[in-house]
Amino acid sequence: MLEGEIHSHLLPDFIIERREDRCIRCRVCERQCGFNVHWYDEETDSMKEDEMKCVGCQRCVVMCPTKALIVKPYPGDYRANANWTKERILDLKKQAETGGVLLTGTGNDKPFRIYWDHIVLNASQVTNPSIDPLREPMELRTFLGRKPDKLEIEFNGDLDDVEIKTELSPNVMIETPIVFSAMSYGAISYQAFKALAMAANEYGTLFNTGEGGLPRELRKYGKNAIVQCASGRFGVDPEYLNCAAVIEIKIGQGAKPGIGGHLPGEKVTEPISITRMIPEGTDALSPAPQHDIYSIEDLSMLIYALKEATDYEKPVCVKIAAVHNAAAIASGMVRAGADIIALDGLRGGTGAAPKIIRDNVGIPIEMALASVDQRLREEGIRNKASILVAGGFRCSADIVKAIALGADAVYIGTAALVAMGCTLCQKCHTGICNWGICTQDPNLAKRLNPEIAKKRLVNLLRAWSLEIKEMLGGMGINAIESLRGNREHLRGVGLEDWELEVLGIKGAGE
Amino acid sequence: MRYSIGGFRDLFLEGVRSVKELKHRVVLEGEVAEVDAKGLSHKELNDLTRYAVIQGAKKVIMKNVFGQRYIGTRLYFPNPKKKIEIEIHGFPGNDLGAFLDGHKVIVYGNAQDGVGNTMDDGEIIVHGRAGDVVAMSMRGGRILIRDDVGYRTAIHMKEYKEKVPVLVIGGTAQDFFGEYMAGGRVILLGLNLGNKPHRARYIGTGMHGGIMYIRGKVEQWQLGKEVGMVDMDEGDWKLLEKHITDFSNEFGFNADEILGGKFLKLKPVTKRPYGKIYAY
Amino acid sequence: MRRRVVLPDKDHHACGLFGVMDRSGKRFSGEMVVKAMKNMRVRGNGLGAGFAAYGIYPEYKDYYALHVMYQDWDEEAKREVDRFLDLNFDVVHTEEIPVNLEARVSDPPLFWRYFVAPSKKGDEKKLSDDDYVVKKVMEINTGIKNAYVISSGKDMGVFKGVGFPEEIAEYFMLESEYKGYIWVAHSRFPTNTPGWWGGAHPFCILDWTVVHNGEISSYGTNKRYLEMYGYYCTLLTDTEVMAYAVDLLMRKQGLPIEIVSKIFASPMWDHIDIMDEKKKKFYTTLRMVYAPLLINGPWTIIVARHGEMFGITDRIRLRPITSGEKGDILFISSEESAIRAVSPELDSVFTPMGGEPVIGRLKKEEKKIEEKVSEVIEGA
Repeated sequence: MLEGEIHSHLLPDFIIERREDRCIRCRVCERQCGFNVHWYDEETDSMKEDEMKCVGCQRCVVMCPTKALIVKPYPGDYRANANWTKERILDLKKQAETGGVLLTGTGNDKPFRIYWDHIVLNASQVTNPSIDPLREPMELRTFLGRKPDKLEIEFNGDLDDVEIKTELSPNVMIETPIVFSAMSYGAISYQAFKALAMAANEYGTLFNTGEGGLPRELRKYGKNAIVQCASGRFGVDPEYLNCAAVIEIKIGQGAKPGIGGHLPGEKVTEPISITRMIPEGTDALSPAPQHDIYSIEDLSMLIYALKEATDYEKPVCVKIAAVHNAAAIASGMVRAGADIIALDGLRGGTGAAPKIIRDNVGIPIEMALASVDQRLREEGIRNKASILVAGGFRCSADIVKAIALGADAVYIGTAALVAMGCTLCQKCHTGICNWGICTQDPNLAKRLNPEIAKKRLVNLLRAWSLEIKEMLGGMGINAIESLRGNREHLRGVGLEDWELEVLGIKGAGE
Repeated sequence: MRYSIGGFRDLFLEGVRSVKELKHRVVLEGEVAEVDAKGLSHKELNDLTRYAVIQGAKKVIMKNVFGQRYIGTRLYFPNPKKKIEIEIHGFPGNDLGAFLDGHKVIVYGNAQDGVGNTMDDGEIIVHGRAGDVVAMSMRGGRILIRDDVGYRTAIHMKEYKEKVPVLVIGGTAQDFFGEYMAGGRVILLGLNLGNKPHRARYIGTGMHGGIMYIRGKVEQWQLGKEVGMVDMDEGDWKLLEKHITDFSNEFGFNADEILGGKFLKLKPVTKRPYGKIYAY
Repeated sequence: MRRRVVLPDKDHHACGLFGVMDRSGKRFSGEMVVKAMKNMRVRGNGLGAGFAAYGIYPEYKDYYALHVMYQDWDEEAKREVDRFLDLNFDVVHTEEIPVNLEARVSDPPLFWRYFVAPSKKGDEKKLSDDDYVVKKVMEINTGIKNAYVISSGKDMGVFKGVGFPEEIAEYFMLESEYKGYIWVAHSRFPTNTPGWWGGAHPFCILDWTVVHNGEISSYGTNKRYLEMYGYYCTLLTDTEVMAYAVDLLMRKQGLPIEIVSKIFASPMWDHIDIMDEKKKKFYTTLRMVYAPLLINGPWTIIVARHGEMFGITDRIRLRPITSGEKGDILFISSEESAIRAVSPELDSVFTPMGGEPVIGRLKKEEKKIEEKVSEVIEGA
C-alpha cells in the first residue's frame, strides 16, 4: 500500500462456496466473470476467488458444469442496529473512501409498500358466468392515442358505406397491453436492444429506443418503435422521428426523477457514437431538464414541434416520473397536446442513477396511476390521452390490476431484462454485465444471442397475455377495454382508509 | 373544487382552417411561392408552406409573419430529398427551423427563442437578433445571427466526424453561453459592444466538446469551470476566415476588420467533465 | 372520520404575459393589449386570462375600487360583504361590473365593484389607510365564503376569468368601456389548480398587480414567511406570494424595485464572492436577511402600480421576457412578436439579463422615484 492511500474498510457483499469435490478446474467460472472474481492457482491446482469483487449475479453458478458453486450474501455483520443498518454503514464508508455520489442500477429496492400485493381481483360466481379463455374469444387489442369526444358520421342507411367525418388523431394498435419500456442502445447492448425490437415486432407490440437513437439497420423495426426525444437529443434526426410509431418526450424517469442521465465516455464506443452522433469516448450527458422545456407551455411547444416534424402522423407521448403533483401535471400534459402520457413510478429501473435519488424520490406507481386517471376523468379529458404506466411490474396480475385502476397499457423494463437473463445485481452502471445485457464490452455482449433473447421475450409476452386472459375470463370479461378503469373488480387488503381513498377502491368485503 | 370549468380547449388546433380554405393565400409563380402570413396560426402557415412545396415551389417568401412557430420544420421530404429556401419578412415565432432537414431560412427581422432547435442540416440566417436557446442540440448546418442572442446559446450543440454545426453571432450573448456544449463551432463577434466587455456569465459551463471563439473582452470569472483558453492555430484562423467572410457578405460588414480583432479560443478541459464525482 | 393535514395545493402554470404603459400618462383603450395577447394564444390553454388597467376610474380616483367576485353567484356572500363594507367603509358607489353576455366564457361568477373610503374605528385608527384596506381585504378573503376581493386599489381594476384572453376581454368589454395608461395582461396554462375564475391573474393587493409566468419552487418558504406579516394566500396560486411580497417590501418597507429585484433574484454567491468589499457586504446582508423571499424556480413577472410598471425574471432566466419602446410607450412581453403585432416599428427592443428589471415610470414621477432610489442605495 502506498503512503497516504486509504485502506478499504468495506465488507464483501457476497460469499462464494466452492464444493471442491465437484470442482473440475475447468475454469468456466473464471472466463464467465467480467468482474474477475475467480482465478486459477497453478501451485495448488485449485480455483481461488476474490470475494470483494463479486456482485452476486449468479452467472458462474449457472454456467458451472458441475454445479460446484454457491454464491450467497456475506453473513458477516456489524453489531445489530435498527438505525445504522449494514447498508447504511457500508454506503457511508464507501463515500468516505471516494468522496463521490453513489451510483447504482435497476430500481428502488427499499421496502416501500407494494400496493399490488395489497389489491385482490374479483371473479364471477353464479350471478355472472366466467368465460373460458381457451375456447372463447378473449381480446387484448389496445389502441394508444387521443380519441375524439364523439364521432360524426355520414350514414345513408347503408352500413357498407359509412363515411367518417371526424378528423381522427393518430393511434397505434398493439396486440397486448404490454410494451417494452425505454432502454437505450448504450445503456444496454446492441444484442439486447435488437432482441427487444424483434420481439416487439413478432408479437405486435412496441419497444422504446430510449435516448440513444435507433441504428439505421434497425429502422425497419420503426413501426414497432417508440422513439424518444429526451434532454440530450441523441440520435434525433428527421428520419428517426419519421420512421417511428410513436414519439416520446422524456421528461423524467421513475428511478431518478428530476435528474439527468450520463452515459460515461468509456461506454461510447464506435457503434454507439454513430447512433448517437457524438464523438467516441465523450460523455453522453443528458441534462436534467430539456432546455427548451422550462414550463408547461414549453412542453406544448415541443409536442407541436414534433407533430410538425412528422406531419401530424404520429401520437406524441410524454413520460414523467410519478411525483407528488402527478395528477395535476398529467392534466397539463394532456392539455398541452400529449396523445399518450407515460407515468414511471418509484420502483422503475435505470441503467445508472445516484442511489440517494433512486431510493428516496418519487411516489409509487399505483398511487400516481389512480390519482391521474381519476383527475383526468374529473376534468372530462381522460379520452384525450392514453395512459402508459411503468415502474416495477413483476407479473401479469400487476398488469391486470393496473389496467383496472385505469391504465391503457403497461411498460415493462426490468421484467424484460430478467427474461433475457438479468438477475438484478444492480451493477448496470459499471458497464460490466456478465449476462451481456447492460454492457458495451463486445466479449460480454456477444454472450447474449439476439434470437434466443427474442424467443425468451416473446415467450414472456405470450405467457403473460395468456394469464391476463385467464384473469379476464374469470371476471366475466372478454375484452380488455371492459377492464380499463373498472375499479369494481379490485379490493384492498391491509390498507388504511387514505390509501383506499387515493386508490379509489373498496376494502375487501365492502 | 370543480375541475370541469372551461372544459378542454385545444390551444394549437382549435379553429385551424384547412388548406382548401386558405390556399388562395399562396401565390405560386414558377418555382417561387409567396404567402401572406397575416393572422395565420402556426399550423396554418406551415400547412400552406408544405402545400406550396408539394405544388412545386422551391422558394417560399412569407410576408407579415408575427410569431408563427416551427417555420421550416414540416419540410421533411426524404424521397427525393428537397432543398427549399424560405424568406421570412417579419418576426417568426419560437422554434424557427426546429429539426430542419437541410433547408435554407432567411429572416428579415428578429427571431425568438429556439432558433435551429435540434436542427439536422441547412442554414438559418437572421437579419436581426434572436432569443434564448439558439442552436440547442444543433447537429449540422449553419446559423448566422446578425445581432445579439439570449440565454443558453448553443446548449448541447453536437458534432460527429465531418458533420460539424457552426453558429456565428454578430453581437453579444447572455448567460450560460455554450452550456453543456458537446461539439460544433461557435463564433461570437461582439461587433456592437465597442469597448465594453461581454456580460455573459457561466460561459461554457459543462462544456465537453466543440470550440468557442470569442472576439472581445471576457474575464476568467465569466467562464465555467469546464473550459480553458487555448492558443489559436492556423486551422482556427482558416475556419474563422471562411465563416466571417460569409457572415460579412451576408450582413454587409468588413471581414478584414472583424478578423483583425482579438479572439479568445475556448475548449473543454476534458471530454468527461463529470467523470470524477461518482463512486462505483 | 379520519383527520388529515391538508396543505392547500399551489398552482403550477405557465403563460403569456404582456404589459404596456404610456409614460406620459395618456390613457388608451384595451384594444392593443387584447391584440397582443391574441398573438400569443398558444401560451395559454383557455383556462384563465386576465387584465389590470390603471387610470380607469377618474371620477372615483380618490376611493379604493374593490372588485369583488362572488363564486357560484352566492347571494348570501354578497349580503355579507355588503354588510361588512357598510360597517368598515364609506361606500360612495356600488354597481355590478357590466359584462357582455354574448362572450364565449364558461360559468362566470358574479362581479361587483364598490368605491369606498376607510371608516376606521378604535385601535384600527392607528393603521394607515392602505394597511387598513389590506387588513379588511384579508378578512373578506379568508372569512366570507365564496367572496373574493380581486382588486383593491384606487383608480384601477382587475378583470379576469376562465377563457382565452380575447374572450375575457370581450366579456368585460375592455376594448370599449375602459381607458387606462397602464395595461397588464395574462394568459394562463394552469396545471395544478382547476380552472376557476379566482385563480386567473393578475393578482392584486391595493393597487399592486402581478402577472406571472412560471412556477415558484420556493412557494412554501415564501408563503410561510409572508404569513408572519399578516398576508394569507387564499387563491391557491403561487403568484399571490409575489403580490404580497411586493407589497411588504415596496410599500411597507419602502424598498425600490432596484433593490427588491436583488432580493427576489439575488446574485449568485460565486459573483458576490468576487465583488468589492462594500458591495459584497451589501449583497451578503441582503441575502442573509431576506433569504425567505428569494423567489426560486422559473418565473417572469410583470408588476404594476400607479406610476410604475416593471418586468423581471428569475436569476438564471428560465422564463422569457422582452421589452420594447416606441416613444413614450413601453412594452414588456413574453414574446417579441406580440409587441410587433401591435407596434411593428419600435425605437428599441431589449431583453434584460436574468434578475435585472425593466422599469417604466410616469415621466412626471421619474425624478422623484430616482432620487428615492439613490437614497436607499446610498444608505445601504
